[in-house]
Amino acid sequence: MHTDPPKADAPRGSLLTDPKARAWTFQILSILVVIGVGWYLFHNTQQNLANRGITSGFAFLDNSAGFGILQSLIDYTERDSYGRVFVIGLLNTLLVSVLGIFFATVLGFLLGVARLSPNWLINKLATVYIETFRNIPPLLQIFFWYFAVLRAMPSPRQSYSFGDALFVNIRGVYLPAPEAAGGLVPFFVSLALVVVAWVVLARWARRRQEATGVRFPVIWANLALLLAVPLLVSLVFGKPFTWSLPELKGFNFVGGLAVIPELVAITFALSIYTAAFIAETVRSGILAVSHGQTEAARSLGLRPGLILRLVIIPQAMRVIIPPLTSQYLNLVKNSSLAAAIGYPDLVSLFAGTVLNQTGQAIETIAITMSVYLAISLSISLLMNWYNKRIALVER
Amino acid sequence: MNEAKIKHALGEKEMIRIEGMHKWYGEFHVLKDINLSVRQGERIVLCGPSGSGKSTTIRCINRLEEHQQGKIIVDDVELTSDLKHVEAIRREVGMVFQHFNLFPHLTVLENCTLAPLWVRKIPKREAEEVAMEYLNRVKIPEQAHKYPGQLSGGQQQRVAIARALCMKPKIMLFDEPTSALDPEMVKEVLDTMIGLAEDGMTMLCVTHEMGFARTVADRVIFMDKGEIVEMADPETFFSSPKSERTKLFLGQILNH
Repeated sequence: MHTDPPKADAPRGSLLTDPKARAWTFQILSILVVIGVGWYLFHNTQQNLANRGITSGFAFLDNSAGFGILQSLIDYTERDSYGRVFVIGLLNTLLVSVLGIFFATVLGFLLGVARLSPNWLINKLATVYIETFRNIPPLLQIFFWYFAVLRAMPSPRQSYSFGDALFVNIRGVYLPAPEAAGGLVPFFVSLALVVVAWVVLARWARRRQEATGVRFPVIWANLALLLAVPLLVSLVFGKPFTWSLPELKGFNFVGGLAVIPELVAITFALSIYTAAFIAETVRSGILAVSHGQTEAARSLGLRPGLILRLVIIPQAMRVIIPPLTSQYLNLVKNSSLAAAIGYPDLVSLFAGTVLNQTGQAIETIAITMSVYLAISLSISLLMNWYNKRIALVER
Repeated sequence: MNEAKIKHALGEKEMIRIEGMHKWYGEFHVLKDINLSVRQGERIVLCGPSGSGKSTTIRCINRLEEHQQGKIIVDDVELTSDLKHVEAIRREVGMVFQHFNLFPHLTVLENCTLAPLWVRKIPKREAEEVAMEYLNRVKIPEQAHKYPGQLSGGQQQRVAIARALCMKPKIMLFDEPTSALDPEMVKEVLDTMIGLAEDGMTMLCVTHEMGFARTVADRVIFMDKGEIVEMADPETFFSSPKSERTKLFLGQILNH
């Protein structure tokens, strides 16, 4: 039979020393303070906006911007709206973040492993790199690459030329760019077919190995497919691309892909700066794997490269991922330093130029902040998911 | 434990030959003039107080430690800094560690097939068959798809033995294989090792399990301060040790 618990007539102390009563009191008080401060801020802002005759709201996003932008990944003219300026700024920020994360990760892993190398020279070079770039503020590094390196390049007529395809001068870096030609559609169809062939081949090779024990060189076969099939297709259907080479016409280059020096400077600086931190993260992750693991792998006859790849790195990853996530977040947030050299990222375009032109401070800052929050949370979620996937199974 | 001596015939071949081996850690002279010859199928137990150099001695045999003077020849290959020689020797010499050192990110089966796949380069299916055969021998085939973290200490050490055996080594080195185990798990690991001895494996074992030494060993070696102090068959070693240091040591570990 169910019996009710005895009614609470247990002896009680004073309300002042009762932990439950105290907890409630403090929580209610803090909520009241938060609401009070929030109401004051809201009310104060409303009043000030009204006094200055500023209308709030997001209608300004449809107004025409009327200023030029140095780099946009989508079509843009001065007649386009502030809303489009926002998208351009966001894309530019994402471009720097993605490029930065890619290069910083590759460089960081190489340096982290290099700093643990028993080779004296490699070890010391990595150490000097890490200790130098980790200890110089990122803004200074951006200035260094922009003003000391890229602004010191010669004029277009005296460009540094690499094989007449790549040019570097004060206006930026000029690369050959692919341009669509007759064979483009068959080319992409053939690429898709190659991918399908890879999947089929991988399955077949695995089944054959399990059945007969004979290994099939999947990687080489895949490479051969990737090279041969599109080549054949382009011979039959015509070239998929023509390469547009940058060419000096008058005082500047035309054709090819022009990368503005601001983008080069910010990508270099952020990748190099963050790589130094990622290197330390990778090194600590590798050191966290006990020496016994290396010894066991050695005693089985595995070579140093295989030990690193099969035994050390997979275990180090679970130590590396959480701090690596914060390095990625730092890189994304540091990309707003781009404003200092005039790279049109979200902060300099939207929270800068647009804010100045429209005076809609609250709206632009709120939008910009929410965007960074959204990017950071997405990176965190992705990395947490990955971390969970590679976590060790314990009892 | 079965105290009856396991009988077996020694092979003619000399598997390990150590001549005048010395090793220093900086100024500290850890190994002093070690000489040892091990025949095929021979079982040797090394004992001695901690810091006496017994682990270092067997770790020199597969070059987890480098010796600085003298000669080590394993299965007719001389151990030099030549990586080819080192790898050739490591392929033929299995090792079991005090702390198991299983790879925690791989399943038991993957632990056992890793080296055969990447070092011996045999087909995966064959490697898995061999692995299951040895997991059967150490009596844990049902754990094949679990991770090391899910097993008890004794089970982990048996997996470690199976992992070493999967490379089909000619020599097995054991570095205090039961020292990190709870008392009730020592027996299952020792039984596995006795089984291995019955199959004629050449074994060098650092251990304080004197019952195991009596049952299995052909020779017992007592080391102290980096030197081999006494080397004898178990009967002589336990009943009439020559050196005072050996008597003192045996008195301490047999009477506690």
